[in-house]
Amino acid sequence: MSQPILAVANLRTHFFARAGVIKAVDGVSFTLRAGEVLGLVGESGSGKSVTACSILSLIDEPGRIVAGSIQLDGEELVGCAEARMRSLRGCKIAMIFQDPMMTLNPVLRIDTQMIEAITAHEKVSRRAARERAQRALEAVGIASAPERLRAYPHQFSGGMRQRVAIAIALLHRPQVLIADEPTTALDVTIQSQILAEVQGLCAESGTALVWITHDLAVVAGLADRIAVMYAGRIVEQGPVDAVFARPLHPYTRGLIGSLPVPGQRDAPLTQIPGAPPSPARLPPGCAFAPRCGRADAACAAAPDMIDHEPGHAVRCWHPDLQSKAMA
Amino acid sequence: MAAKLALEGVGKRFVKPLDLASRAANLLGAGVNETIIDAVDGVDLCVNAGEVVGLVGESGCGKTTLGRIVAGILPPSRGQVRYSGHTREQLVARGGRKALLKTQMIFQDPMASLNPRMRIADIIGEAPVVHGIISRGERADYVGALLVRVGLDPADKSRYPHQFSGGQRARIGIARALAVKPDLLVCDESVAALDVSIKAQVLNLFMQLRRDLALTYLFISHDLGVVEHIADRTVIMYLGRIVEIAPTAELFGAPNHPYTRALIANVPRLNARKHRFAPLKGEIPSALNPPSGCAFHPRCPFAIARCRVERPALVEIAPGRSSACHLNATAAASAALPSSEKLV
Repeated sequence: MSQPILAVANLRTHFFARAGVIKAVDGVSFTLRAGEVLGLVGESGSGKSVTACSILSLIDEPGRIVAGSIQLDGEELVGCAEARMRSLRGCKIAMIFQDPMMTLNPVLRIDTQMIEAITAHEKVSRRAARERAQRALEAVGIASAPERLRAYPHQFSGGMRQRVAIAIALLHRPQVLIADEPTTALDVTIQSQILAEVQGLCAESGTALVWITHDLAVVAGLADRIAVMYAGRIVEQGPVDAVFARPLHPYTRGLIGSLPVPGQRDAPLTQIPGAPPSPARLPPGCAFAPRCGRADAACAAAPDMIDHEPGHAVRCWHPDLQSKAMA
Repeated sequence: MAAKLALEGVGKRFVKPLDLASRAANLLGAGVNETIIDAVDGVDLCVNAGEVVGLVGESGCGKTTLGRIVAGILPPSRGQVRYSGHTREQLVARGGRKALLKTQMIFQDPMASLNPRMRIADIIGEAPVVHGIISRGERADYVGALLVRVGLDPADKSRYPHQFSGGQRARIGIARALAVKPDLLVCDESVAALDVSIKAQVLNLFMQLRRDLALTYLFISHDLGVVEHIADRTVIMYLGRIVEIAPTAELFGAPNHPYTRALIANVPRLNARKHRFAPLKGEIPSALNPPSGCAFHPRCPFAIARCRVERPALVEIAPGRSSACHLNATAAASAALPSSEKLV
């Protein structure tokens, strides 16, 4: 088995707000091998975006990585010098954000932004950089790339802007690409196009992918492994087939059950009672216990992540070991 | 019996008038035209009492505009909207403004549609008092009962919208719509902004209310999974027009229109493991400059010459099913179509 390209161990990112310490990410561990696709699933406020930003050292005051280790290809990123981080970001590790209108500079043309991204990491002539930018746009399926290079971000549709963002992220063939809900704002047919592009490009360049989403159905068709986050922790992690066929954590089970399934029209959906807790006021012990049907006295203490099958781990005192196949 | 809601050739045209500079330029013979958008064009649709009709389409297809026309927020530019056989004017002539309350709308973003400076008791209780459904003295009990019905704690009624979570705000929006005792609800992307576990709760609430109060829904959504779950009949819109209407199970089982097939094939499914996504080419065209003929032909893998010049009409292809596609007209062409099972 090859070395993991990205190893996150016991990552804790806390925000020191006036109202108290917000433990947005509280002990997240996962590894990613070259070419692997990890789906990081969770609801709003579960800490999935903060995890992504922590990996790229994009956490601003009052937030801070208080503990843990992030190793990219053997190099420790926690506490790494900002200058070194700058040379890694966009080169060995890149990120795509949810809203490309927020990440592309609205007053610069696409070519300016792409050429800047190329020359920031490599000594190449502007002409060579422009040619590479053009090829990158063509690779993500943008027609008439030479003309589109001279356009401004607002002249692109939402799907096209996301393609440009993907083209920029993949310019340096990063080892790891982190995609934070990049298709959430897009229509179904456009989402499918973007998924197909990313899938093809990552397979081609051997880029490992962390796909962050709240939509289980998207990662079902894309990921090799799935990690489900709840209240700042990964509560279940495993191969995509195992997690969907035998969800061990009651929360994962609830999430899968709450999705409408074809052929069960009008049947009430399984619902998880209550709402996710605020990260500022996490319940003690297992954070899911107040919403959980299986909770008892043992849940007052925080459970550890335990392997129940090879590679399929769950953080629960009462995992659903007898569960029938779902979905 | 007349249908609960009947749309006859409804269209909505938005015109951006020329500004001063363009008018001046026109005096000099520049020939600048007004910007015209047909957001909704020639829509015929029937919704029967007690039915849930799902309205599906991508951004910019006119589904929200159509919902607003049905709810009476926007007047249609063309065509008639009839509620139980009567136009709005007839309803007002017979029963005054109160007669219009029977149609209510639930909006997408509960934060933008709830007044942040009003307590929820006032948000929910204002309309029924104004319209004389209840007296001012009955308001507290009435609001309390509505809050219980939508699954909120009546003790919270003097709180403000920002003190509630997204799912609770969606429930407040539903309670406000129910406060004037409507029988037709237009739900515009009412669950789109909610988290997965909360979405299931609100969808269950919609289905519960439908059974308890005998409601009729026009359920607008871009989420095919949600529509498949809740709707009796599904309507697919593309660029301002209806392209297919069918009972939900038939539409998802055997979609007819190439656009419907593409949409259904592109829905991410839980049971679809590690597969190649096979997307539809291109994007939804701009309504400013719609394609000639069938609006879908530039993206359609089966387009024939006729599709480029002639706009297909929505015709019945089976009892209760309509589709607007030329390929249904020619038997030879439909034989050439691959079976839909292969695509889905």
